[in-house]
Amino acid sequence: MPIHDQGYRRYGGTKAGGRAWLVILHAGFFGMFRNRRWIVLMIASWIQFIVRGVQFYIAANFPQATIAAPTAATFRDFFDKQDIFVFLVTVTLGAVSIAEDRRANALQIYLSKPLTRLEYICGKLSVLMAFLLLITWVPAILLLIVQVAFAGNFTFLMANAYLVPAITVYSLVEVLMVSMCILALSSLSTNSRFVGILYTALIFFSDALYGVMRAVTGGTGVSWMAFGNNLAQLGDVIFRVPLRYETPWLVSLTVVVALIAVSAFILERRIRGVEIVA
Amino acid sequence: MDDTDPVVSLDNVIVEFGRNRALNGVTASFGRGAVGLLGPNGAGKSTMIKSLLGFIVPRQGQMRVLGLDVATSPVEIRARIGYMPETDAHIPGLTAVQFVAYCGELAGLPRADATQRAHEVLYYVGLGEARYRNVETYSTGMKQRIKLAQALVHDPDLLFLDEPTNGMDPKGRDEMLELVRDLSRNKGVNLILSSHLLPDVEYTCDQVVVMDKGRIAAAGPIEALKQPRGRVYELRVKTHGDLETFFEHLTAAGLECHATDDDVVRVFVPGDGGAQELFALAAAEGVQVRHLRPSVPTLEDVFAHAVGED
Repeated sequence: MPIHDQGYRRYGGTKAGGRAWLVILHAGFFGMFRNRRWIVLMIASWIQFIVRGVQFYIAANFPQATIAAPTAATFRDFFDKQDIFVFLVTVTLGAVSIAEDRRANALQIYLSKPLTRLEYICGKLSVLMAFLLLITWVPAILLLIVQVAFAGNFTFLMANAYLVPAITVYSLVEVLMVSMCILALSSLSTNSRFVGILYTALIFFSDALYGVMRAVTGGTGVSWMAFGNNLAQLGDVIFRVPLRYETPWLVSLTVVVALIAVSAFILERRIRGVEIVA
Repeated sequence: MDDTDPVVSLDNVIVEFGRNRALNGVTASFGRGAVGLLGPNGAGKSTMIKSLLGFIVPRQGQMRVLGLDVATSPVEIRARIGYMPETDAHIPGLTAVQFVAYCGELAGLPRADATQRAHEVLYYVGLGEARYRNVETYSTGMKQRIKLAQALVHDPDLLFLDEPTNGMDPKGRDEMLELVRDLSRNKGVNLILSSHLLPDVEYTCDQVVVMDKGRIAAAGPIEALKQPRGRVYELRVKTHGDLETFFEHLTAAGLECHATDDDVVRVFVPGDGGAQELFALAAAEGVQVRHLRPSVPTLEDVFAHAVGED
């Protein structure tokens, strides 16, 4: 008997619709844990959480260590220090996200299934955002809980109640912006290595340009030119700490919104089931 | 949707890429069963399939698949169809069973059902033993099979197969055609097979739509299309004069002559005249008929006639 007579049968179950982006999220998120180097990166990105936890423990249990006592600036600083891991996760995962699908012509497989282009983008975006929130929002919120647990009271939390929304809003703005930018770049090429280099180059080039302009103008009013400075400026506003640049924060917000909008436009143009060369 | 309704219909569909009109006012319908979409490269076959999938938005016209309007219900349509792309396509970094199960989940199957069906379908397409291998390590023939598997995993009502035997060795090609034939004849799956390989279409399909330069050149059941409005003969003659002159006389008498690879000429005699008309013309020209045999029309004849390769 030919083997095909043994296998195929019609499906009698029920198909569910409208959850395709969740399928992409689930597969993308758990699929990454098959990669040992990725697990190492994830663990490394939680080292600061452990260090801060120890700091909070010392501050809570040793009155002479008041210098280690947490403030709102501590949490702002936590995000600054996490930036390197945000960058590494973004480049490692974001660069391959769509570029690899384009290399393998996977878009026509995805888009021949009952999912829209928006669902595909949401699925890819949610995988990257989930990992980035796992190394920004989750440890920051846990740090607040750790502080309450070690201090044994809610005094710090009550005095700095705005930290919960501040951590949430800043995490979301940062994660959304970098995710959208890297996905847009990823959709432009079939070579993920090229995308990673391009993203890195854009960050360093914009930083270098800002450095030159700062030297020329003698002020930090042109900080908006650097990719990361706008996030830093917004972070300072959100965490209510002194602003580090002279640029009005509304300008920084406008640049961040513009970057997200341009990225969305690029994704809308590039995510197609068929590439048309007229 | 009634059983007699076409599974796919197009009404005056125009698709343009810049100044190039890929589909030029196409009006066609595809019935149930296996339908071949034939045409030379650039005829518009793949464009038609991609338009039906909603990948390309036509400038004009209406398309319906399984009774649903492509413009308004593309997601509902894609839940009920399977698409095997022409080019190499897979989701990177996955084994075959992960890839096919993932496609099943994307199509709406629960995870457990998708995994179970992935195993079944992979056995069905002949990749059972290789199902735990990364798809990127597959040969061209295996990649063709995995593309069929991912198109089948969610049990579609209609399959679009775009050049399914591309790059396959003869044995693999035969097996693929057997699978396609089995799906349409025994498993009740409607399919549209796009190909420029006439034997593939003739073996697997009952009906054919021939495309040329973005238009429908011919359409209908293959057997009906092969019935000529006259008769075709294989003819070998001997003459002391110029053979070309004799052929010119035949052509002038309304007969069509096509030289073949051998020294045989295929002559199409329209109407009911048949062999007697040929003999009469040969006698009149003083030509000896050494060989005359009725020829069975092939799909190749239909195709050549439709796309103007007479």
